[in-house]
Amino acid sequence: MSTATITPELIVQHQLSESEYRKIVSILNREPTYTELGIFSVMWSEHCSYKSSRLHLKKLPTGGARVLQGPGENAGIVDIGGGYAIAFKIESHNHPSFIEPFQGAATGVGGILRDIFTMGARPIAVMDSLRFGRPDDPVSGARNRRILDGVVSGIAHYGNCFGVPTVGGECLFEPCYDGNPLVNVFALGIFPKDQIFYARASGAGNPVIYVGAKTGRDGIHGASMASAEFSEESKQKRPNVQVGDPFMEKLLLEACLEAMRTGAIVGIQDMGAAGLTCSTCEMGSRGGVGVEIDLRHVPQRETGMSPYEIMLSESQERMLLVAEKGREEEVFAVFRKWGLDAVTIGQVTGDGLLRVKDHGRVVAEIPNRELADEAPLYDRPHSQPLRRAPMEAPVFGGGDPGEDLAAILASPDVASKRWIWQQYDYMVRTNTVAGPGGDAAIVRIKETGASIAMSLDGNPRFCYLSPREGARLNVAECCRNLSTVGALPVAATNCLNFGNPERPEIMAQLVESIEGMAEACRFFETPITGGNVSLYNETLGEGIYPTPVVGVVGLMKTTQPVTIDFKSEGRAILLLGGLGDCDETRFGGTQYAKVVVKELWGLPPALDMEYEKCVHAAAREIVAEGLAESAHDLSDGGLAVALAESSFGPAGIGADITVESRLRPELLLFHEGPSRILLSSAEPGRVARIAERHSVELVRLGETVRGRIEVRNREVVLISDEIGRFQRGWEGALEEYVR
Amino acid sequence: MRFGVIVFPGSNCDHDAWYAVQNNLGQPAEFIWHRSPSLGQVDAVILPGGFSYGDYLRCGAIAKFSPVMEAVRRFAAAGGPVLGICNGFQILVETGLLPGALMRNAGLRFVCKRVRLRVETTRSPFTSEAEKGQVLTFPVAHGECRYVADERTLDELEAEDRVALRYLDNPNGSLRDIAGILNRERNVMGLMPHPERVTEPLMGSNDGLTIFRSMAAAFALAR
Amino acid sequence: MKARVFVSFKTTVLDPQGQTVQSALNGLGYHGVAGVRQGKYFEIALSDGLSPEEARRQIDAMARDVLANPVIEEYRFELIE
Repeated sequence: MSTATITPELIVQHQLSESEYRKIVSILNREPTYTELGIFSVMWSEHCSYKSSRLHLKKLPTGGARVLQGPGENAGIVDIGGGYAIAFKIESHNHPSFIEPFQGAATGVGGILRDIFTMGARPIAVMDSLRFGRPDDPVSGARNRRILDGVVSGIAHYGNCFGVPTVGGECLFEPCYDGNPLVNVFALGIFPKDQIFYARASGAGNPVIYVGAKTGRDGIHGASMASAEFSEESKQKRPNVQVGDPFMEKLLLEACLEAMRTGAIVGIQDMGAAGLTCSTCEMGSRGGVGVEIDLRHVPQRETGMSPYEIMLSESQERMLLVAEKGREEEVFAVFRKWGLDAVTIGQVTGDGLLRVKDHGRVVAEIPNRELADEAPLYDRPHSQPLRRAPMEAPVFGGGDPGEDLAAILASPDVASKRWIWQQYDYMVRTNTVAGPGGDAAIVRIKETGASIAMSLDGNPRFCYLSPREGARLNVAECCRNLSTVGALPVAATNCLNFGNPERPEIMAQLVESIEGMAEACRFFETPITGGNVSLYNETLGEGIYPTPVVGVVGLMKTTQPVTIDFKSEGRAILLLGGLGDCDETRFGGTQYAKVVVKELWGLPPALDMEYEKCVHAAAREIVAEGLAESAHDLSDGGLAVALAESSFGPAGIGADITVESRLRPELLLFHEGPSRILLSSAEPGRVARIAERHSVELVRLGETVRGRIEVRNREVVLISDEIGRFQRGWEGALEEYVR
Repeated sequence: MRFGVIVFPGSNCDHDAWYAVQNNLGQPAEFIWHRSPSLGQVDAVILPGGFSYGDYLRCGAIAKFSPVMEAVRRFAAAGGPVLGICNGFQILVETGLLPGALMRNAGLRFVCKRVRLRVETTRSPFTSEAEKGQVLTFPVAHGECRYVADERTLDELEAEDRVALRYLDNPNGSLRDIAGILNRERNVMGLMPHPERVTEPLMGSNDGLTIFRSMAAAFALAR
Repeated sequence: MKARVFVSFKTTVLDPQGQTVQSALNGLGYHGVAGVRQGKYFEIALSDGLSPEEARRQIDAMARDVLANPVIEEYRFELIE
C-alpha cells in the first residue's frame, strides 16, 4: 500500500482530533493511507458516528411489543397487524439546504426515501418539519424567503416526481434560523412483515453489487461538512453540492422492490452520507464479515476520479447490495429492465476487513467493525442549558383581544401553510384520508383496512426555555394530535437539531432534551425506533434554539376522518380537558408573547402527563363512537386560535361561547397549556359521560353559529366579529410574506 | 370490459388508475409495460399520470417514442377508447393524437387542489353518463398543465364540440379554461385533472367514477 | 445591442435531464451521441447607447447574480450587434 505522508494539517483538515488519529493508527497498526484517512474522517464524523450524542441516546426507550426493528438500521420497523409492517424515520438535511435550498431539500427527501425502500418497504407518505428565519425581517427577510421558497420547491420537485404524497408537516420561523434553516424530512413505508430486508452482508464469496446512478465528485465531505459550523469558508465547499434525480430514484425504487422479490438478495443498503464507504463497512460490520471491492468496476460519471474521491462521493440515487452467489443474473435482469446500471464491484469475505482496491492495488484495508462501530465516544461536559431569556414576565396585555387574535392568526407561525402544501402532491396513491392542514395526517393501508396517523412537532421556544419540559411537551402534543383524529400512538422517531456540542451549555440542551423526550416516550408508550442527530447548527457562533423534533405514528381503523372545522350550526362546543390553568411565567413561550408582546420569558406551559394521557384516551373513544363532528387540539395560540381555525371550514360555521374563568383575558384566550381538545358534537351528553369515565374535565363552552366568532368571559365580551375578519389574514399571510 | 394501464418509467398514478378501475368501477385492469409492442386483449387504454422520464426535456416528449405508443396509435385509429390523464394527456398531445400543448402553469408553481369542472359535452364515451353542464370536482396535481393552442384550433375544438371539460376556477391559466379535450373521432380524451383520485367516499367523493362508468356504458352499448 | 446568455450545470454537477435525454437518443438509434448537457438560453435586448464595456460588465453581473445559480451552474455570454 502506498503511504502518503499524513501531516498534522491534513488531519486537522479532516476534522479529526489528535487522539482520534492515534486511535486510527492503533487500529491499523500503521499510519493510514490518504484514502483511509478520508474513510475514517467521514465514518467518525459527528454525522455518521453520533460520537457526542450516542451516550445519551441510549436513554431513549426503543423497544416494545410492536417494534420489529429499533435504531441501528436504515429505519425503524413497527408491526401494524394484518401481516403488515411500517418502516419510518425522520432525517435532517439542514446544512445542504442552507448552501443550496432547492437541491439540498430535494436530496434530503431522496435520502430518507431510500432509507425506507432499501428495507423493502414502499414509501407511502412524507412529512416535513421546517424552520426558517423570519420572512419579514428587515435585514435577512429576503434571504429567508428565498431559502423558504427554494426548500419548498425542492421538496415538491422530488416528492411529486417520485410519486409519494407529502401529507403534512410543520413550519416555524425564528430569527435564530436566519443563517441555519432546518429541513427535517420524515418518510414512512409499508411492506408485508415477512419481507423485510436488512443492511447486512453475509456469506463469504457472495457478490457485492452496485446499482443506480453513476458516481461523480458530488458532495465529497458532505458528512464532515454537516458536522462543522458554518463559516465564510464553507462557501468554498460549494462546488460539491449534489443534484437530486427523482426520476432515477423512482426507477431505483421499482427495480429494488422487484429485485427483492427474486429472493436472490441477501442484504441491501443505500449510499447516503459517506456513500460507498458507509454502505460497505456498515454492511460488513452488521454481518460480521469482510467486504472487498475494486473501484475499477464502480460506474463513474467523471474521468480521473481518485480512490479517495470515489469512496467519499455522495452522489445520490445509488444502492449497494449483496446477492446470492450464482444468482446475480436474476438481479441484473431486473435492473436492466428498468434501464439502471448494476455491476458486481466485489465480494463478501470472511476476514472482517473492508478492502478497497483500485485496479487490483490495495488502497485501503480497515477492520469493518472498528471503523463502523468503534468510533470515538465522547461524554462531553454539560452545564446549565443556555438561556438568555428572563424568568420574570414583562408588563403586558390590555389590548383588544380581537386585534390580538387577528395578529396572531396572520403571523408566520400560525398562518395557514396552504401556500406550502398546495405545492406538494398530497394525494397520489389515493390513500390520503386526511392530508395537510389537520392535526394529524392519516394514510390508509388498502391491504389491511387499517390507517396510519402521523404527526410531527418541535416547539423551539418551549425547548429554549426548558429543553426538558419542551421535549416532553413535543411528545405530548404529537400524541394528542393523533388521539384527536382517533389514532392510538404506537411509536416515534426523532430528529435532534442543536448547536455546537463542544459548548457545555449547548450540550446541556441536548442532554436535557433527550432525557425529557425519553421520559415522555416511555410514558406515552411510543418508543423511538430510529432517528437522526444534527449538531453544529450554528453560524458565526450563533446557535439555533434547541430543536428536538419528534414524529409519532399511530394506528386506527380506516374510516371517514374527523376534521378540525365546524360542520353545522347549533352543535355544542366542548373543551375536553378543561380551560386549563396558566400563570404569567408559564405564558412566556406562547405565540401571544411572541407576536403581541414580542418577548420570550419564563417557562413553557406545565404538563401533567397522567392527565394528558387520560385526555387522549377519552378523545379516542369519543372519535371512535362517532360523537365528534369536529375535533382540534389546542396548541399554538391556545383556545382563541383553535376556535378561529375550527371556524375556517367550507361551511362558514363559527362559534358563540361564554366561559367562566378567573384568568385575565390574554391568559384565558391565548395560553398554550396542553391536555385540551376542542370538539363540536350533536350529543354532548354522551361525550360528557365518556369524559367522566376517563376522569377528564369537559367544559361546555357554547354552540356553533353561522358566520361569527363570539367569545365572552361571563358577561364581558372579549371577541365579537365576523369569521372573515380573522380568516383573510390567516389564509393569505404566508403568501403575502413570500411574494 | 378490460382496461390496460400503460406503465412508463416514471409513471406514478398507474396504480391509482388500476385501483379505480379494478376496485371502484369493478372492471378488470392490467398493466402494460411501455416496451410492449402490443396492447394484448384490452378494450380501453389509460395513459396514467406521473412524470414519465422525469418530465425531462418536455413533459411526455420522451414517452412518445416508447414502443407501446405505436400500438396505442393503432388502437386509437381503430376506434378504441384512449384516456390520457395528466401526464397521459401530455403524452397524447406530444404524440399528436390530440391538438395543442401543455405549458408551465401560469402561477409557475406545482399546484395540488380540488377544482370544479363543468361537463361541456356528453357526446363522448368518457362523459356520456354525465349531464351537460354538470359540475364535477376532481383534484389537480400538476406543474405544467396550462393548455394552449392557436386561435384556429381553439375555435375548431369548440365548433366541433370537442371541449369535454372546462375549469370553473382555472388553476393554471389554460386558454378558454380548457381542462379536457377530445379528438375529432371522439374516442381519445386527454384531461389534466385526476378522475381516478375521486372514485370512492374515502377519497372525498365519487365524482371521478362518472368518467369510468361512461367508458363502461359506451363499451356495453357498442357490443 | 443584444446579449445571449447560456446557463448550464457545471461540468462536475450531475445533469439528470441531459442524462435522460442522452439515453433516449441512444435508444432511438442515435449511437453517435456520447453525452448531452441541458441548459437555459436567454436573449437580452440592451438599451441603445450602452457601451460594449458597460454592457459586458452588466451582463456578467446579472448572469452571475440572477440568471445562474453559482452554487451549481456556470454561464457564458456573447454580445451581438
